[in-house]
Amino acid sequence: MKKEIPKKHRNDIILIACVLLVAAVGFVYLNFFRSEGNTVTVTVDGTEYGVYSLSENRTEDIYTGGDNQHHNRLVIKDGKAYMETASCPDGICVAHKPVFRDGESIICLPNRVVVTVDLADETETPDIIM
Amino acid sequence: MKNKSKSVAFAGICVALALILAYIEVLLPPLFSAVPGIKMGLPNIIIVFLLYRRGPVFAGIVSLLRILLVSMLFGNVMALLYSLAGGILSLAVMVILKKLNALSPVGVSVAGGVTHNVGQIMMAVLLLDTVQIGYYLVVLAITGTIAGIVIGLCGVLLVKRIPQKLI
Repeated sequence: MKKEIPKKHRNDIILIACVLLVAAVGFVYLNFFRSEGNTVTVTVDGTEYGVYSLSENRTEDIYTGGDNQHHNRLVIKDGKAYMETASCPDGICVAHKPVFRDGESIICLPNRVVVTVDLADETETPDIIM
Repeated sequence: MKNKSKSVAFAGICVALALILAYIEVLLPPLFSAVPGIKMGLPNIIIVFLLYRRGPVFAGIVSLLRILLVSMLFGNVMALLYSLAGGILSLAVMVILKKLNALSPVGVSVAGGVTHNVGQIMMAVLLLDTVQIGYYLVVLAITGTIAGIVIGLCGVLLVKRIPQKLI
């Protein structure tokens, strides 16, 4: 039995460790270092559908596709947004946990609906910095 | 295997086998219910095996045919685009890493698994015109690594156990 780890296997382990480290850093950043947002932006097929405030509870029905055959129901409750029902076959967006942090999003690939939390600055910072 | 028609027949068998593995994957319950849509990528066992046994061209042809047929059978046009992006990118990375000869097949397979997800996410960013979906990469990097290890180990096993003279 050889005790020494072959060089290639050592490289494998380095590669795996690097990938997992990047993922871990990303995970920590996404979960602990982002401030909460205050609006949600709904985008359908790359174009903006609507912007809603996170501070008031509401239910928004989003109809998309030709003849509006696709449907997503977005619910904003207690400062968090989630997809209550959707006509898409996979239901990934419905299973997604409620979003509230700046930059978080729920994506419904089949219906091409993207819900993104934003932090809209209403006061101090100007819109464009030249 | 020098005979051309024998090669074509063997490619056909490999595509068929990849399709069966894809079908098994469709039948299996979701691995990771918190984030749906995550798959092991069982057909990639065949691709890794072919990459080491028959070279990049053969593996590439089988991979493309597999992606086309699996998307037609179990998916749609969107699935085809995602699979193509992932499949082409991961195969390219695996071919380059194999040439560099610094990693074992398992490491190459891990890189393939992770870049498969990267390719799919890049396609999603293009199609949906949003970079937000990139956040999924955090989860996909981990699952891609695990899938890559398992697929790589299976591939190594096949390369070792299937006699050279058979294929």
